[in-house]
Amino acid sequence: MSKMSNKVALISGATGGIGSATARLFAAEGARLVVTDLDQKSVNALVDELASSRADVVGAVLDVSDASSWESAVRLALDRFGRLDTLINVAGVLAWPGVEGTDQATWDRVIAVNQTGTWLGMKAALPALRASGNASIVNTSSVLGIIGGGGAAAYQASKGAVRLLSKTAAVEYATQGVRVNSIHPGVIATPMIQEILEVEGDQQRDIQRTPMKRAGTADEVAAGMLFLASDDSSFVTGAELVIDGGLTAH
Amino acid sequence: MALNHADRPGSSRDDDLAGQVVLVTGAAQGVGRAVVEAALARGALVLAQDLSDGVMNLQTAFPGSVVAEVGDAADEGVAIASVSRAVDAFGRLDVLVSNAGKTLNKPLVETSAEDWDDILRVNVRSAFLFSREAFRVMADRGSGAMVFVGSFTSTVALPEGSAYTASKGALAQLMKVVAIEGASHGIRANAVAPGVIDTGFLNPIRPDGQEYLRSFGSAHPMGRVAQPEEIADSILYLASAESSFVTGALLPVDGGYTAR
Repeated sequence: MSKMSNKVALISGATGGIGSATARLFAAEGARLVVTDLDQKSVNALVDELASSRADVVGAVLDVSDASSWESAVRLALDRFGRLDTLINVAGVLAWPGVEGTDQATWDRVIAVNQTGTWLGMKAALPALRASGNASIVNTSSVLGIIGGGGAAAYQASKGAVRLLSKTAAVEYATQGVRVNSIHPGVIATPMIQEILEVEGDQQRDIQRTPMKRAGTADEVAAGMLFLASDDSSFVTGAELVIDGGLTAH
Repeated sequence: MALNHADRPGSSRDDDLAGQVVLVTGAAQGVGRAVVEAALARGALVLAQDLSDGVMNLQTAFPGSVVAEVGDAADEGVAIASVSRAVDAFGRLDVLVSNAGKTLNKPLVETSAEDWDDILRVNVRSAFLFSREAFRVMADRGSGAMVFVGSFTSTVALPEGSAYTASKGALAQLMKVVAIEGASHGIRANAVAPGVIDTGFLNPIRPDGQEYLRSFGSAHPMGRVAQPEEIADSILYLASAESSFVTGALLPVDGGYTAR
């Protein structure tokens, strides 16, 4: 039995490391997919790849900071598949500056994508998700949405917001057939942090602080997405799933 | 150890516990029994441990796949014997589900020292002993996963639950220590924190057990209590390779109870 058969999932940030691993895993588990990202070419390439392994998939360009862009993406899901059961918010941007080093434009961009984008996605998708009656939203936060050690002021503020936005939505929609959870990756080897990993390798500070002494993979985060999206987690809502090799346990 | 699911298009991973050896304490009923059945359905071999000899029924029902061990999980000899028996019977131990537990509803001032010792013994001492013994054999092979069954009271408090709430809080912290010590030995440790579960847990101490349990439904934002199978599915996520980068995590499975 495939865990996502009969489910339609919309994924934002689908061409990135975690997003594409999630799209591949969901497709392998029988989901019908709407894969979205900012860049048309990357979206097309992902759609072609998934379709070549016989997945039922459609792509769309989505700027998560724009409400009308979200409305189009949700409409596409409904037009193509007639329903929407799963929203996976992955789209995010990373900026490392601290409080004084962050300029207004960087702050606004990070908040617009990571925080406002997550809210807009839920707002646009919830009518369809409520109609599904057995729906799940997974929002991508970070261990840096829980702990203060990263020094990335805007990023951590936005990821902390995603954490609480997920909980308030979980409580609000708990009796309406929509579960909402947040996922909190630690150090994951994805293009987003590739530069850091290449420069510093396994000596990178946060890998050394990770009890498992390695970076996680996008596939390992995708497996958590699958758990939270599937009926395996039918009583899990308002939870934080931390996938960090033990980083925040000590 | 990347999990390349893309290599297996269209496949489900219902066989991902195939040949894995799983030890479950408190296996005779409720969540423990649901874990045993779900693990068997995914191809696992099970050492089913319980205080009740009802656990022998599992060995009879699943000959060759289940070995049952009757005894007090908080007894050091029982923990040592159970882990040895799993290794003797099946050649290894991949997963420990530390589930044995007991509840007590009493106001603080009515809780006796004996009550306290009993609850801490059954809920925490058993988890310590089984995780210590499992750690030894898992470390020898350089791999293993442990899942502790905590509770929503691992993080929030219930009135008339001093001993129980303290015991579940202790379990969550024990789990983190096992995770930190186990990381360099290839051992992961995590816990689920269930909300109220529809089991026979309270039947021996309250004649209105089932009714009382269901009355807790409205305390969960989802408006209902959990079925044991739902907790088992979350436990097996943490027990399987699906969660290969998850360790030291406390996963609420509580219908939103602790998110309020």
